[in-house]
Amino acid sequence: MNPTLADGCSLLVAFAVVGATVWISYVLSAKLTRGRVHGSAIAILFGLAFAYWGGVATGGENGIVDIRFFAGFGLMGGAMLRDLAIVATAYGVRVEELRKAGISGLVSVLLGVLTSFVIGAVVAYVFGYRDAISMATIGGGAATYIVGTVTGTSLGASSEVIALSVATGLIKSILVMIVTPAVAKSIGLDNPRSALIFGGLMGTTSGVAGGLVATDAKLVPYGALTSTFYTGAGCLLGPSLVYFLIRWIV
Amino acid sequence: MTIYGTALLSACLICGLFIGKSLGRLCGLQVDLGGVGIAMVLLMVVTGWLKKKQLLNSKTEAGITYWSAIYIPIVVAMAAGLNVRGAIRGGPAALLAGVLAVAACFALVPVISRWGKP
Repeated sequence: MNPTLADGCSLLVAFAVVGATVWISYVLSAKLTRGRVHGSAIAILFGLAFAYWGGVATGGENGIVDIRFFAGFGLMGGAMLRDLAIVATAYGVRVEELRKAGISGLVSVLLGVLTSFVIGAVVAYVFGYRDAISMATIGGGAATYIVGTVTGTSLGASSEVIALSVATGLIKSILVMIVTPAVAKSIGLDNPRSALIFGGLMGTTSGVAGGLVATDAKLVPYGALTSTFYTGAGCLLGPSLVYFLIRWIV
Repeated sequence: MTIYGTALLSACLICGLFIGKSLGRLCGLQVDLGGVGIAMVLLMVVTGWLKKKQLLNSKTEAGITYWSAIYIPIVVAMAAGLNVRGAIRGGPAALLAGVLAVAACFALVPVISRWGKP
């Protein structure tokens, strides 16, 4: 492959392109929707559209990152900087707010994980994946795609089932990003406590991150905090308790 | 110095991830058990303590707040790196499972919010 202009400054390309995208999104938000659709929601939609375009153009799995010129998106949006930014949002969070939601936070994580597993497993059953391993794996995907992958790998699921589980997890995170700002009002998502519960129920870090940013950036740290425990809980429960329960039922 | 804030933030994340991974290993898994959440709590506790001792000036603060301000663009970059095409190609099973899981969890938010209200 020929070297491109971006070689050696890929992260800078990402900063510049993302900056321009965010700017255009905020202008569109103000001019076209009069601020009704948040600028960050539009920016995230642009991001997803870039990802789709990257996938179609290269056939790869990493969205726009697979296009060499945009490889810096992988570093900018990768786990390291994402986690650093998420932790930074905790600066200025009031500890009392966390204490108030202690038990409901825990309940929301457990209930969120189990609900997703059940729904995923039932859908898997309906579509003809009727063995306990496939049902647990696709159920895990309905939690998050990491839970799906970990559950599937440790139970020895087929790669087709793991791919389906990952696809389910991706659909979930994309939906959470897009739908959250639209339904926030009707589910009472306007205070730190409900944001903690929301993060615990949804679990998808990227979905919660994107959804809350587009709803009210002040709520991000609360949702992010509980959602980071979700994947751990799912990876713990999926290949063990959930798998045995499903095997016992089917 | 601004770097003090960023260094503190990074140290919290490194400790959090280390604790999270150790917890995961204790449970026999190769995954991180809430490392980022632990790091968030660490940052709140440490900066709270430093503020009380008046060791946290505005320049140090800027080394933390820059990263929280750059959060939206980072999420946009993350979204651009997702396998969106793969998700769409997952077909009706993936779509249905995803939609139902999201709908059920959204419906549970007000239920739990009401349930534990003081």
